[in-house]
Amino acid sequence: MAEKLQQTLTAGLWKRIPPFRLVLGLCPSLAVTMSAENGLGMGLATAFVLILSNGAISALRNIIPSKVRIASYIVIIATLVSIVEIIMKAYFFPLSEQLGIYIPLIVVNCIVLGRAEGFASKNPPFNSMIDGLSVGAGYALSLTLIGSVREIFGAGTWFGIPFFGETFEPMTFLVSAPGAFVTIGTLLALQNLFSRWRGEKFIQG
Amino acid sequence: MDLIYLAISATFVNNILLAQYLGNCPFLGVSKKLETAMGMAAAIVFVTLLASIFTWSVFTFVLRPYDLEFLKTLSFILIIASLVQLVEIILKKKSRTLYNALGVYLPLITTNCAVMGVALLIAKKEMDFLSMLVFATTSAVGYGLALILFAGIRVRLQISAVPQSLQGTAIALVTAGIMALAFMGFQGMA
Repeated sequence: MAEKLQQTLTAGLWKRIPPFRLVLGLCPSLAVTMSAENGLGMGLATAFVLILSNGAISALRNIIPSKVRIASYIVIIATLVSIVEIIMKAYFFPLSEQLGIYIPLIVVNCIVLGRAEGFASKNPPFNSMIDGLSVGAGYALSLTLIGSVREIFGAGTWFGIPFFGETFEPMTFLVSAPGAFVTIGTLLALQNLFSRWRGEKFIQG
Repeated sequence: MDLIYLAISATFVNNILLAQYLGNCPFLGVSKKLETAMGMAAAIVFVTLLASIFTWSVFTFVLRPYDLEFLKTLSFILIIASLVQLVEIILKKKSRTLYNALGVYLPLITTNCAVMGVALLIAKKEMDFLSMLVFATTSAVGYGLALILFAGIRVRLQISAVPQSLQGTAIALVTAGIMALAFMGFQGMA
Protein backbone atom coordinates (compact mmCIF):
# COMPACT_ATOMS: atom_id res chain seq x y z
CA MET A 1 0.00 0.00 0.00
CA ALA A 2 2.62 2.51 1.13
CA GLU A 3 4.81 1.41 -1.76
CA LYS A 4 2.03 2.02 -4.24
CA LEU A 5 1.42 5.47 -2.81
CA GLN A 6 5.07 6.30 -3.12
CA GLN A 7 5.03 5.09 -6.70
CA THR A 8 2.07 7.36 -7.45
CA LEU A 9 3.82 10.24 -5.73
CA THR A 10 7.04 9.99 -7.70
CA ALA A 11 5.50 9.10 -11.07
CA GLY A 12 4.41 12.69 -11.74
CA LEU A 13 7.90 14.00 -11.16
CA TRP A 14 9.66 12.01 -13.85
CA LYS A 15 7.84 9.04 -15.31
CA ARG A 16 4.86 11.06 -16.46
CA ILE A 17 5.97 14.64 -15.91
CA PRO A 18 3.81 17.04 -17.91
CA PRO A 19 4.20 18.56 -20.41
CA PHE A 20 7.33 16.62 -21.42
CA ARG A 21 6.44 12.98 -20.85
CA LEU A 22 2.70 13.48 -20.81
CA VAL A 23 2.37 15.82 -23.79
CA LEU A 24 -0.71 17.58 -22.43
CA GLY A 25 -1.34 21.13 -21.30
CA LEU A 26 0.98 22.73 -23.81
CA CYS A 27 -0.92 25.99 -24.22
CA PRO A 28 -0.21 27.44 -20.79
CA SER A 29 3.33 26.04 -20.90
CA LEU A 30 3.93 28.14 -23.99
CA ALA A 31 1.90 31.18 -23.10
CA VAL A 32 2.70 32.14 -19.54
CA THR A 33 6.34 31.09 -19.25
CA MET A 34 7.79 34.48 -20.16
CA SER A 35 9.33 34.55 -16.68
CA ALA A 36 10.05 32.01 -13.96
CA GLU A 37 7.60 33.74 -11.63
CA ASN A 38 4.67 33.50 -14.07
CA GLY A 39 5.50 29.86 -14.73
CA LEU A 40 5.55 29.03 -11.04
CA GLY A 41 2.28 30.92 -10.42
CA MET A 42 0.50 29.14 -13.26
CA GLY A 43 1.92 25.78 -12.19
CA LEU A 44 0.75 26.22 -8.60
CA ALA A 45 -2.72 27.34 -9.72
CA THR A 46 -3.03 24.25 -11.93
CA ALA A 47 -1.68 21.99 -9.17
CA PHE A 48 -4.26 23.36 -6.72
CA VAL A 49 -7.10 22.66 -9.16
CA LEU A 50 -5.66 19.24 -9.98
CA ILE A 51 -5.41 18.07 -6.34
CA LEU A 52 -8.91 19.20 -5.40
CA SER A 53 -10.57 18.06 -8.63
CA ASN A 54 -8.95 14.63 -8.35
CA GLY A 55 -10.15 14.36 -4.76
CA ALA A 56 -13.70 15.51 -5.50
CA ILE A 57 -14.11 13.40 -8.63
CA SER A 58 -12.72 10.33 -6.93
CA ALA A 59 -15.06 10.79 -3.95
CA LEU A 60 -18.02 11.02 -6.33
CA ARG A 61 -16.85 8.32 -8.75
CA ASN A 62 -19.49 5.80 -7.70
CA ILE A 63 -22.36 8.31 -7.85
CA ILE A 64 -21.68 9.91 -11.23
CA PRO A 65 -23.34 7.90 -14.02
CA SER A 66 -20.72 6.95 -16.58
CA LYS A 67 -22.70 8.40 -19.49
CA VAL A 68 -22.52 11.96 -18.24
CA ARG A 69 -19.19 11.67 -16.48
CA ILE A 70 -17.20 14.03 -18.72
CA ALA A 71 -19.80 16.78 -18.32
CA SER A 72 -19.86 16.27 -14.55
CA TYR A 73 -16.06 16.38 -14.37
CA ILE A 74 -16.06 19.62 -16.34
CA VAL A 75 -18.55 21.23 -13.94
CA ILE A 76 -16.45 20.23 -10.92
CA ILE A 77 -13.26 21.49 -12.55
CA ALA A 78 -14.88 24.74 -13.71
CA THR A 79 -16.12 25.44 -10.17
CA LEU A 80 -12.63 24.93 -8.74
CA VAL A 81 -11.11 27.12 -11.45
CA SER A 82 -13.57 29.89 -10.65
CA ILE A 83 -12.50 29.69 -7.01
CA VAL A 84 -8.83 29.95 -8.00
CA GLU A 85 -9.66 32.89 -10.27
CA ILE A 86 -11.38 34.79 -7.45
CA ILE A 87 -8.64 34.01 -4.91
CA MET A 88 -5.93 35.14 -7.33
CA LYS A 89 -7.76 38.38 -8.10
CA ALA A 90 -8.08 39.07 -4.38
CA TYR A 91 -4.57 38.24 -3.18
CA PHE A 92 -2.24 38.15 -6.21
CA PHE A 93 -3.67 40.87 -8.42
CA PRO A 94 -0.57 41.74 -10.53
CA LEU A 95 0.08 38.06 -11.25
CA SER A 96 -3.55 37.41 -12.18
CA GLU A 97 -3.44 40.38 -14.58
CA GLN A 98 -0.35 38.93 -16.26
CA LEU A 99 -1.75 35.44 -16.56
CA GLY A 100 -4.99 36.93 -17.93
CA ILE A 101 -7.30 34.55 -19.76
CA TYR A 102 -4.98 31.61 -19.11
CA ILE A 103 -6.36 31.25 -15.56
CA PRO A 104 -9.94 30.51 -16.70
CA LEU A 105 -8.43 28.37 -19.45
CA ILE A 106 -7.21 25.86 -16.83
CA VAL A 107 -10.71 24.41 -17.32
CA VAL A 108 -9.77 23.15 -20.76
CA ASN A 109 -6.27 22.11 -19.73
CA CYS A 110 -6.15 18.49 -20.84
CA ILE A 111 -4.00 17.47 -17.85
CA VAL A 112 -6.80 18.07 -15.36
CA LEU A 113 -9.42 16.21 -17.35
CA GLY A 114 -6.86 13.59 -18.32
CA ARG A 115 -5.98 12.75 -14.71
CA ALA A 116 -9.66 12.79 -13.74
CA GLU A 117 -10.51 10.26 -16.44
CA GLY A 118 -7.28 8.28 -16.23
CA PHE A 119 -6.74 8.08 -12.47
CA ALA A 120 -9.39 9.64 -10.21
CA SER A 121 -12.28 7.75 -11.77
CA LYS A 122 -10.68 4.43 -10.77
CA ASN A 123 -8.93 5.10 -7.46
CA PRO A 124 -9.94 6.11 -3.91
CA PRO A 125 -9.86 9.82 -2.96
CA PHE A 126 -6.61 9.82 -0.97
CA ASN A 127 -4.60 8.11 -3.71
CA SER A 128 -6.15 10.42 -6.29
CA MET A 129 -5.16 13.50 -4.33
CA ILE A 130 -1.61 12.14 -4.08
CA ASP A 131 -1.64 11.65 -7.84
CA GLY A 132 -2.92 15.21 -8.28
CA LEU A 133 -0.16 16.48 -6.00
CA SER A 134 2.55 14.62 -7.88
CA VAL A 135 1.42 15.50 -11.41
CA GLY A 136 0.66 19.07 -10.30
CA ALA A 137 4.07 19.45 -8.69
CA GLY A 138 5.69 18.03 -11.83
CA TYR A 139 3.79 20.53 -13.96
CA ALA A 140 4.74 23.44 -11.69
CA LEU A 141 8.39 22.32 -11.84
CA SER A 142 8.33 22.07 -15.64
CA LEU A 143 6.70 25.47 -16.04
CA THR A 144 9.23 27.05 -13.69
CA LEU A 145 12.05 25.39 -15.62
CA ILE A 146 10.75 26.62 -18.99
CA GLY A 147 10.14 30.07 -17.49
CA SER A 148 13.64 30.14 -16.01
CA VAL A 149 15.32 29.22 -19.29
CA ARG A 150 13.36 31.86 -21.16
CA GLU A 151 13.85 34.53 -18.52
CA ILE A 152 17.56 33.91 -17.90
CA PHE A 153 18.55 33.94 -21.56
CA GLY A 154 15.81 36.20 -22.86
CA ALA A 155 15.90 38.93 -20.25
CA GLY A 156 19.05 38.21 -18.25
CA THR A 157 17.19 37.93 -14.94
CA TRP A 158 15.83 35.12 -12.73
CA PHE A 159 12.72 35.79 -10.66
CA GLY A 160 13.41 39.46 -11.41
CA ILE A 161 16.98 39.37 -10.03
CA PRO A 162 19.74 40.25 -12.54
CA PHE A 163 21.54 37.04 -13.39
CA PHE A 164 24.38 38.12 -15.68
CA GLY A 165 26.58 41.21 -15.53
CA GLU A 166 25.84 44.53 -17.18
CA THR A 167 27.42 43.51 -20.46
CA PHE A 168 24.95 40.68 -21.16
CA GLU A 169 22.92 41.22 -24.30
CA PRO A 170 19.57 39.39 -23.78
CA MET A 171 18.20 37.20 -26.56
CA THR A 172 14.78 38.84 -26.77
CA PHE A 173 13.77 36.12 -29.25
CA LEU A 174 13.27 33.71 -26.35
CA VAL A 175 10.78 35.94 -24.56
CA SER A 176 8.66 36.45 -27.70
CA ALA A 177 6.15 33.96 -29.07
CA PRO A 178 8.40 31.86 -31.38
CA GLY A 179 10.96 31.47 -28.60
CA ALA A 180 8.42 29.61 -26.49
CA PHE A 181 7.97 26.89 -29.12
CA VAL A 182 11.70 26.53 -29.71
CA THR A 183 12.50 26.40 -25.97
CA ILE A 184 9.98 23.66 -25.26
CA GLY A 185 11.00 21.73 -28.38
CA THR A 186 14.65 21.86 -27.34
CA LEU A 187 13.92 20.87 -23.73
CA LEU A 188 11.81 17.98 -25.01
CA ALA A 189 14.69 16.82 -27.21
CA LEU A 190 17.14 17.05 -24.27
CA GLN A 191 14.76 15.03 -22.13
CA ASN A 192 14.54 12.38 -24.88
CA LEU A 193 18.30 12.33 -25.16
CA PHE A 194 18.67 11.88 -21.39
CA SER A 195 16.08 9.09 -21.31
CA ARG A 196 17.83 7.23 -24.10
CA TRP A 197 21.19 7.68 -22.42
CA ARG A 198 19.74 6.16 -19.25
CA GLY A 199 18.41 3.31 -21.34
CA GLU A 200 14.77 3.92 -20.42
CA LYS A 201 12.01 2.76 -22.66
CA PHE A 202 11.38 5.38 -25.31
CA ILE A 203 7.87 6.67 -24.67
CA GLN A 204 7.95 9.89 -26.62
CA GLY A 205 7.33 9.48 -30.30
CA MET B 1 -12.17 50.38 -41.45
CA ASP B 2 -11.86 49.38 -37.82
CA LEU B 3 -13.37 46.03 -38.68
CA ILE B 4 -10.87 45.38 -41.48
CA TYR B 5 -8.08 46.27 -39.09
CA LEU B 6 -9.56 43.90 -36.51
CA ALA B 7 -9.84 41.13 -39.10
CA ILE B 8 -6.22 41.43 -40.26
CA SER B 9 -4.99 41.64 -36.71
CA ALA B 10 -6.90 38.54 -35.61
CA THR B 11 -5.92 36.44 -38.64
CA PHE B 12 -2.24 37.28 -39.02
CA VAL B 13 -0.74 39.59 -36.42
CA ASN B 14 -2.29 38.12 -33.29
CA ASN B 15 -2.86 34.65 -34.71
CA ILE B 16 -4.46 32.73 -31.84
CA LEU B 17 -2.32 29.68 -32.44
CA LEU B 18 1.12 31.14 -33.05
CA ALA B 19 1.01 34.43 -31.15
CA GLN B 20 -1.46 33.65 -28.37
CA TYR B 21 -0.72 29.94 -28.05
CA LEU B 22 -4.30 28.69 -27.87
CA GLY B 23 -5.30 25.24 -29.07
CA ASN B 24 -1.90 23.63 -29.20
CA CYS B 25 -2.91 20.08 -28.27
CA PRO B 26 -5.05 19.45 -31.38
CA PHE B 27 -2.52 21.48 -33.36
CA LEU B 28 0.15 18.86 -32.68
CA GLY B 29 -2.33 15.99 -32.65
CA VAL B 30 -4.16 16.34 -35.96
CA SER B 31 -1.53 18.01 -38.09
CA LYS B 32 0.10 14.78 -39.22
CA LYS B 33 -2.04 14.57 -42.35
CA LEU B 34 -3.29 17.33 -44.60
CA GLU B 35 -6.86 15.98 -44.85
CA THR B 36 -7.40 15.70 -41.10
CA ALA B 37 -5.99 19.18 -40.65
CA MET B 38 -8.50 20.53 -43.15
CA GLY B 39 -11.40 18.75 -41.44
CA MET B 40 -10.33 20.07 -38.07
CA ALA B 41 -9.92 23.61 -39.44
CA ALA B 42 -13.45 23.58 -40.87
CA ALA B 43 -14.91 22.23 -37.62
CA ILE B 44 -13.09 24.88 -35.59
CA VAL B 45 -14.35 27.77 -37.71
CA PHE B 46 -17.90 26.45 -37.44
CA VAL B 47 -17.89 25.84 -33.69
CA THR B 48 -15.96 28.98 -32.75
CA LEU B 49 -18.45 31.18 -34.59
CA LEU B 50 -21.47 29.47 -33.03
CA ALA B 51 -19.94 29.35 -29.55
CA SER B 52 -18.93 33.01 -29.69
CA ILE B 53 -22.46 34.09 -30.62
CA PHE B 54 -23.94 32.12 -27.73
CA THR B 55 -21.37 33.04 -25.08
CA TRP B 56 -21.49 36.68 -26.17
CA SER B 57 -25.29 36.75 -25.82
CA VAL B 58 -25.21 35.12 -22.41
CA PHE B 59 -22.43 37.41 -21.23
CA THR B 60 -24.02 40.64 -22.48
CA PHE B 61 -27.65 39.94 -21.66
CA VAL B 62 -27.47 37.77 -18.54
CA LEU B 63 -24.12 37.83 -16.74
CA ARG B 64 -23.25 41.52 -17.04
CA PRO B 65 -26.63 43.10 -16.21
CA TYR B 66 -26.95 40.95 -13.09
CA ASP B 67 -23.31 41.24 -11.95
CA LEU B 68 -22.65 37.55 -12.32
CA GLU B 69 -19.33 37.87 -14.13
CA PHE B 70 -17.67 35.43 -11.74
CA LEU B 71 -19.78 32.70 -13.35
CA LYS B 72 -18.12 33.39 -16.71
CA THR B 73 -15.79 30.38 -16.69
CA LEU B 74 -18.43 27.91 -15.59
CA SER B 75 -21.16 29.12 -17.94
CA PHE B 76 -18.86 29.40 -20.96
CA ILE B 77 -17.54 25.86 -20.69
CA LEU B 78 -21.05 24.49 -20.22
CA ILE B 79 -22.34 26.42 -23.24
CA ILE B 80 -19.46 25.20 -25.39
CA ALA B 81 -19.75 21.58 -24.24
CA SER B 82 -23.50 21.38 -24.77
CA LEU B 83 -23.30 23.28 -28.04
CA VAL B 84 -20.75 20.87 -29.45
CA GLN B 85 -22.95 17.94 -28.44
CA LEU B 86 -26.01 19.60 -29.98
CA VAL B 87 -24.22 20.37 -33.24
CA GLU B 88 -23.08 16.78 -33.42
CA ILE B 89 -26.62 15.43 -32.97
CA ILE B 90 -28.13 17.87 -35.48
CA LEU B 91 -25.46 17.18 -38.09
CA LYS B 92 -25.92 13.44 -37.66
CA LYS B 93 -29.67 13.76 -38.38
CA LYS B 94 -29.70 16.50 -40.99
CA SER B 95 -26.52 16.42 -43.00
CA ARG B 96 -24.74 13.13 -43.37
CA THR B 97 -22.01 14.52 -45.65
CA LEU B 98 -21.11 17.32 -43.28
CA TYR B 99 -21.19 14.91 -40.36
CA ASN B 100 -18.84 12.54 -42.10
CA ALA B 101 -16.47 15.40 -42.80
CA LEU B 102 -16.51 17.01 -39.34
CA GLY B 103 -17.91 14.30 -37.08
CA VAL B 104 -14.77 12.86 -35.53
CA TYR B 105 -13.34 16.28 -34.76
CA LEU B 106 -16.36 17.67 -32.96
CA PRO B 107 -15.94 15.95 -29.56
CA LEU B 108 -12.27 16.98 -29.55
CA ILE B 109 -13.22 20.62 -29.84
CA THR B 110 -14.80 20.80 -26.37
CA THR B 111 -11.36 20.70 -24.83
CA ASN B 112 -9.82 22.95 -27.44
CA CYS B 113 -8.76 26.07 -25.64
CA ALA B 114 -9.00 28.09 -28.87
CA VAL B 115 -12.81 28.09 -28.77
CA MET B 116 -12.97 28.98 -25.09
CA GLY B 117 -10.10 31.44 -25.49
CA VAL B 118 -11.84 33.38 -28.25
CA ALA B 119 -15.02 33.53 -26.14
CA LEU B 120 -13.05 34.80 -23.14
CA LEU B 121 -11.17 37.38 -25.21
CA ILE B 122 -14.45 38.70 -26.59
CA ALA B 123 -15.86 39.00 -23.07
CA LYS B 124 -12.68 40.65 -21.81
CA LYS B 125 -12.63 43.27 -24.58
CA GLU B 126 -16.40 43.84 -24.23
CA MET B 127 -16.94 43.85 -28.00
CA ASP B 128 -20.18 44.79 -29.73
CA PHE B 129 -22.06 42.28 -31.87
CA LEU B 130 -20.46 43.11 -35.22
CA SER B 131 -16.87 43.18 -33.94
CA MET B 132 -17.58 39.92 -32.12
CA LEU B 133 -18.68 38.27 -35.38
CA VAL B 134 -15.64 39.53 -37.28
CA PHE B 135 -13.22 38.69 -34.47
CA ALA B 136 -14.56 35.16 -33.98
CA THR B 137 -14.57 34.33 -37.69
CA THR B 138 -11.16 35.72 -38.48
CA SER B 139 -9.52 34.24 -35.39
CA ALA B 140 -10.82 30.81 -36.32
CA VAL B 141 -9.77 31.28 -39.94
CA GLY B 142 -6.31 32.28 -38.72
CA TYR B 143 -6.18 29.12 -36.63
CA GLY B 144 -7.25 27.00 -39.59
CA LEU B 145 -4.70 28.67 -41.82
CA ALA B 146 -1.85 27.99 -39.41
CA LEU B 147 -3.04 24.41 -38.91
CA ILE B 148 -3.21 23.61 -42.64
CA LEU B 149 0.12 25.32 -43.39
CA PHE B 150 1.73 23.39 -40.55
CA ALA B 151 0.28 20.08 -41.72
CA GLY B 152 1.82 20.75 -45.12
CA ILE B 153 5.24 21.18 -43.54
CA ARG B 154 4.80 18.19 -41.27
CA VAL B 155 4.10 15.86 -44.17
CA ARG B 156 7.53 16.82 -45.50
CA LEU B 157 9.11 16.33 -42.07
CA GLN B 158 8.08 12.69 -42.06
CA ILE B 159 10.29 11.87 -45.01
CA SER B 160 13.32 13.81 -43.84
CA ALA B 161 16.11 12.56 -41.60
CA VAL B 162 15.55 14.02 -38.14
CA PRO B 163 17.95 13.32 -35.23
CA GLN B 164 16.49 10.57 -33.08
CA SER B 165 16.00 12.65 -29.95
CA LEU B 166 14.21 15.38 -31.86
CA GLN B 167 11.73 13.06 -33.56
CA GLY B 168 8.01 13.50 -33.02
CA THR B 169 6.74 16.33 -30.88
CA ALA B 170 10.12 18.00 -30.34
CA ILE B 171 10.79 18.74 -34.01
CA ALA B 172 7.13 19.71 -34.47
CA LEU B 173 7.46 22.34 -31.75
CA VAL B 174 10.68 23.75 -33.16
CA THR B 175 9.06 23.92 -36.61
CA ALA B 176 6.06 25.70 -35.11
CA GLY B 177 8.49 28.16 -33.56
CA ILE B 178 10.01 28.95 -36.95
CA MET B 179 6.53 29.35 -38.38
CA ALA B 180 5.61 31.71 -35.54
CA LEU B 181 8.74 33.68 -36.43
CA ALA B 182 7.46 34.00 -40.00
CA PHE B 183 4.06 35.14 -38.73
CA MET B 184 5.79 37.80 -36.63
CA GLY B 185 6.68 39.46 -39.92
CA PHE B 186 3.03 40.48 -40.20
CA GLN B 187 3.48 42.78 -37.24
CA GLY B 188 4.61 45.49 -39.62
CA MET B 189 1.10 45.52 -41.10
CA ALA B 190 -0.54 46.80 -37.92
